[in-house]
Amino acid sequence: MNEISASLALALDLVAGGESRLAAIVLLSLKVSLGATLMACALGMPLGALLSVGRFPGRRVLIVLFNGLMGLPPVVVGLLVYLLLSRAGPLGQFGLLFTPTAMVIAQTVLVAPIIAALTRQVIDDEWREHREQLRSLGASRPRAARTLLWNARFALTTAALAGFGRAIAEVGAVMIVGGNIDGVTRVMTTTIALETSKGDLPLALALGVILITVVLTLNAGAYLLRQWAERRWG
Amino acid sequence: MQVRNILRRGLAAATMIMIGLGASAQDRFITVASTTSTEQSGLFAHLLPAFEKATGIKVRVVALGTGQALGLARRGDADVVFVHDKAAEEKFIAESYGVKRQEVMYNDFILVGPKADPAKALGRDILEGLRRVEAAKAPFVSRGDKSGTHAAELRYWKLAGVDLDARKGPWYRDTGSGMGPALNTAASMNAYILADRGTWLNFKNRGEMGIVVEGDKALFNQYGVILVNPARHTHVKQADGQKFIDWVVSKDGQQAIADYKIGGEQLFFPNAAK
Repeated sequence: MNEISASLALALDLVAGGESRLAAIVLLSLKVSLGATLMACALGMPLGALLSVGRFPGRRVLIVLFNGLMGLPPVVVGLLVYLLLSRAGPLGQFGLLFTPTAMVIAQTVLVAPIIAALTRQVIDDEWREHREQLRSLGASRPRAARTLLWNARFALTTAALAGFGRAIAEVGAVMIVGGNIDGVTRVMTTTIALETSKGDLPLALALGVILITVVLTLNAGAYLLRQWAERRWG
Repeated sequence: MQVRNILRRGLAAATMIMIGLGASAQDRFITVASTTSTEQSGLFAHLLPAFEKATGIKVRVVALGTGQALGLARRGDADVVFVHDKAAEEKFIAESYGVKRQEVMYNDFILVGPKADPAKALGRDILEGLRRVEAAKAPFVSRGDKSGTHAAELRYWKLAGVDLDARKGPWYRDTGSGMGPALNTAASMNAYILADRGTWLNFKNRGEMGIVVEGDKALFNQYGVILVNPARHTHVKQADGQKFIDWVVSKDGQQAIADYKIGGEQLFFPNAAK
């Protein structure tokens, strides 16, 4: 118990001290995970919507596949992306390994299935409700997918937040493809892992408290923004 | 057509985001694959600013076990390796993955264990100490991760005449983890563990543990530095990598290594060939 309360005090100290290195690590965490979430939304939302309204062979297989991929182990994704980006790998010539870009790619792979699967779920409901209406207007299925995505834009923020939560919390993938390089690819979760390795458990936990606070603040912000937007345009 | 349009727009947006993220300034840097002991002991944080000041080259350290660090370099993902397992390093050179191995510094391994010392392993003889740990079936934590320290541990067991394959039991705990995590495990189960002194000195969560065996000549732990062979991996930053190697074995570099102390205690002893 003592250690935990000491960690809370230390977390406050760290934040109050406004150490620039800590700020840089938090910023990089946000940049990488928000970047990955945006990428995953750009890929996963259209895909999820098409899976919902589309009728094509293999659709059910794809739905099961994306549902299953929500449980992708980060370390496996890390390893896969590492082998792709490694100098000896197919994309080696771009020299992306151990860069924040590599971390964004890995987290995108991790998060896109979550966003695709959750989007499909949301659009399924919308589709059931508006199918007749859209049909009577003569909308093609892709057209319908677009309309429904727009209709469901507020509900879809939850999908994006779920994806972001997964990205910011994982350590396995970014550790492998980023290498936890000080000042270059060191993010919150890899710092916590490192401090735990050094046996500095209070500092590790204090950093964890800061990470959770950042995530909560961001979620609260998204929630308020959504409410405001719904009132204004919903 | 419209399906493609939707997907294409998604892809285009994703690409724009990637480009936006990737557009950061490119520094002049090299990548060094090294061991957790050098990173977690704080040596690099002390050493690298001095090198950067002298040459303007940034060093990006990826800290892994020695086996993993050499594996990374074999794939061409590092310019220089800085590790501590002579046999594995020489194999790396023999397979022409590395150009030349230069010795840089040494520190030593220590046997860490519970202060109460239930196995009565206290002393200056590592082989005798290990024999007693095994005889008492006292809990022992092994790195088990093909690191330099793990290789050394296996070597000592062999020299001590303990056939691990036959004697391994619940007392021998293979954790497959880095030095720090393995020390955390040992601290929580009051086990013995072979550690490098640097990581130990910088380790905070010691619990009831202390040094049990130290000062044996056999515990000597040599670090070497190797440039990854540019003939094998053409993108290796040969000139800047060589500059780093030249600097760590130079008078300035060696002095910087000697200057690194924790609580007044020197962690690494420079011994590059003159």
